[in-house]
Amino acid sequence: MNKPSLTVSASPHIHAKADTASIMWSVSLALAPATLWGIYAFGLRSLLVLGVSILGAMLSEYLLGRMSGESTLWDGSAFLTGLLVGVNMPPTIPLYIPVVASVFAIFVAKWTFGGLGANWVNPALAGRVFVFFSFTTPMSSYKLPRTIASIAPDALSSATPLSLTKTAIASGQLGLDTKALLAQGGYPATGFAQGISSLTGFSAYSVDTFLGNVGGCIGEVSALLLLVGGIYMLIRKIITWHVPLTYLGSVGLLSWVFGGLPSELGLFAGSFFPSIFSGGLMLGALFMATDYVTSPITRKGQIIFGLGCGFFTFLFRFFGSMPEAVSVSILLMNIVTPTIDRYIVPRKFGDTREYRKQLKEEKV
Amino acid sequence: MQKVPTFSKGGVHPHDQKGFSSAQSIERLPMPSELLISLSQHLGAPAKALKAKGDTVMRGEKIGSASGFISADVHSPVNGTIKEIRKVTLANSINCDAFVIVPDEDQDPEPTETFDWASQDPSALLAQVKDMGIVGLGGATFPAHVKLSIPSGKHVDAFVINGVECEPYLTADYRIMLEKGEEVLIGAMIGAKIIDAKRIIIGIEMNKIDCIEHLSAIAKEKGYPIEIIGLKVKYPQGDEKQLLKATINKEIPSGKLPLDIGAVVANVGTAHALYEAIVLHKSLYERVISVTGECIAQPKNILAPIGTKMSDLLAFCGGFSSEPEKLVSGGPMMGFSFFDENTPMSKGSSGLLALQAQKKKRNTPCINCGRCVAACPIGLMPSHLYRYITNGEYEEAMQHSLMDCKECGCCSYVCPAHLPLVHGMKTGKKLGRKKK
Ligand code: SF4
Ligand code: SF4
Repeated sequence: MNKPSLTVSASPHIHAKADTASIMWSVSLALAPATLWGIYAFGLRSLLVLGVSILGAMLSEYLLGRMSGESTLWDGSAFLTGLLVGVNMPPTIPLYIPVVASVFAIFVAKWTFGGLGANWVNPALAGRVFVFFSFTTPMSSYKLPRTIASIAPDALSSATPLSLTKTAIASGQLGLDTKALLAQGGYPATGFAQGISSLTGFSAYSVDTFLGNVGGCIGEVSALLLLVGGIYMLIRKIITWHVPLTYLGSVGLLSWVFGGLPSELGLFAGSFFPSIFSGGLMLGALFMATDYVTSPITRKGQIIFGLGCGFFTFLFRFFGSMPEAVSVSILLMNIVTPTIDRYIVPRKFGDTREYRKQLKEEKV
Repeated sequence: MQKVPTFSKGGVHPHDQKGFSSAQSIERLPMPSELLISLSQHLGAPAKALKAKGDTVMRGEKIGSASGFISADVHSPVNGTIKEIRKVTLANSINCDAFVIVPDEDQDPEPTETFDWASQDPSALLAQVKDMGIVGLGGATFPAHVKLSIPSGKHVDAFVINGVECEPYLTADYRIMLEKGEEVLIGAMIGAKIIDAKRIIIGIEMNKIDCIEHLSAIAKEKGYPIEIIGLKVKYPQGDEKQLLKATINKEIPSGKLPLDIGAVVANVGTAHALYEAIVLHKSLYERVISVTGECIAQPKNILAPIGTKMSDLLAFCGGFSSEPEKLVSGGPMMGFSFFDENTPMSKGSSGLLALQAQKKKRNTPCINCGRCVAACPIGLMPSHLYRYITNGEYEEAMQHSLMDCKECGCCSYVCPAHLPLVHGMKTGKKLGRKKK
């Protein structure tokens, strides 16, 4: 008799394809184009930064896994955390800093809370913010990408467009919009961007930030390639539009409406697009704020979360002195997430408006 | 273009896998050498045995009688002898008494005489439905005469026939609609007469467009007052709640019945059984079951006597083509896996699946991805409920509407952490009830 050995288990007996590991690896894949651009634009040293970030995260995960007897190394989440730490580092950073950030991310932000799924805040962001406040100077020294380095004045070599405009406004240059401030400060634009600018009317600066011809962290500069990754994740249904759209949209709108105020230009004088292309916003909105574990579980909650991130980012960017607007905003909203999930719950089937009315009438 | 209706909240889109058996016409199973007819063929109290060991029985003869308000009669599918009465375990792990019947060499011919239904009054029809042991054939096996007894003061707007068959793999209802279309429509009208329904609606998913066309053509030709609605394919549209949302756009509130929103739902198989009970005076002793799955040599749709052992069905289909990982009674989303091939089929057995091994996926902790919440058609938060249950906080889970979970499987199906969410819900309900 050749009896098959049958499994008896609870329904359902079929399952959708996705699993945790495939999702984590897909997010890493989605981040690849923007990361590769960073390596090209800032040179091979960035690859080294990425390498030690990932290694730091994975080694930490391995050690903790050994200690707790679980093997979680290949679920992809530690790799992703390491990669996210890496892309959030300036290309010139001393190598021990990303290692510290990765180790902090995995040891403190992830495992002291109980490991994957139990952490309150996004580990990579926590790691980045931790090293930012510990090593502020190296964490805010940037390098220009090779595409504009040759045409830029030396003095600008470590400025980002955001920091440049901020300093200009702080030193009392009022009445100028972003474009004018950058032009005055001599921030370079590629010939290609100037060409597009004269064709379309978008400022050359917008075009360059969109493409990735600006200074910044390794993986954050090319809004275009980050969007490519984001769209890939949307198509693969790894993320939904709720967080990124509300986050980007609210920053864009608030910047457009109120962004002119620091320069005393009045309302509706800010700019929509450059504000969502610049800094770490695109990276944050697509890859950090969408982290499942630390964002709300319901779609409605995610919309609130996205709007909250957008509001704080705008606030910190324009009225605070904090250049880390995106990271800190997301961390703040991470902390609010359990509360959102407590109060924002889906409507239950059958709990219609008519039925509620009916119940009320019956009570009377 | 008109929008194809469906239910709005949650749901999933598993591959329908119906291709294995959808082209196979219904075949009658050669008489098995032994039948195991349990007294618990239906939802509710088991029937009382009317026969004893050694008695001879006739095809269609009542051998078990309903023992409570929610219960149903049981009939013999064959002329034969009762060898013994013993305990059996059904695929859904229920233990109960069963007749072991050995069929005779010679069997009575199938009933062919027809009786007029239109002239009978509803109460006579209802009595006949009860007498013939009709239960819901979609899987829930709720006694039909109870469902069709409308308490005074209630009225029925719509009698909705469920032709959705949303579980992957299953094709029994599909074949019934194609091959017994007219009988299904007449059965629907009989049911509608009993409950005095204003409208008769049949909901069918768009992956069975041939059924929609076929039934519409018959209804049109004969002038039957039946609306046939094509629905967008989405699981679990075959559930009463989702089906009514899709067809009449009304939601049944928690703890209420279809009747509370003026509807009664029956499966196409049940409509067909109503036809046989009333027009042929045939009791419910056989049904169509799909025997299918990757590991079945020749998948088929089989008309088999109730009580047939799964092993006989498998043998008729040429056995396994490859070694299955699981045998499942019912559909893959809500069916029960079992290991004893001698398990008998019952009135609720819509399918027998032999499924191949799925690639083993590792469990991880919940990553809060929200897929289960988005998939739950009831609007629950499966991840949170699961957490309460694994922490032993049953009361908290009950407060968050655990009891409204209908174990449809959508949450487990989508969970990338591969958590056994439905299993958790079932356990939680059991323990939560006990605590109360
Ligand atoms: S099994 Fe229960 S909790 Fe899961 S999706 Fe279905 S109704 Fe919702
Ligand atoms: S689908 Fe699974 S992993 Fe995702 S939230 Fe639900 S329980 Fe958690």
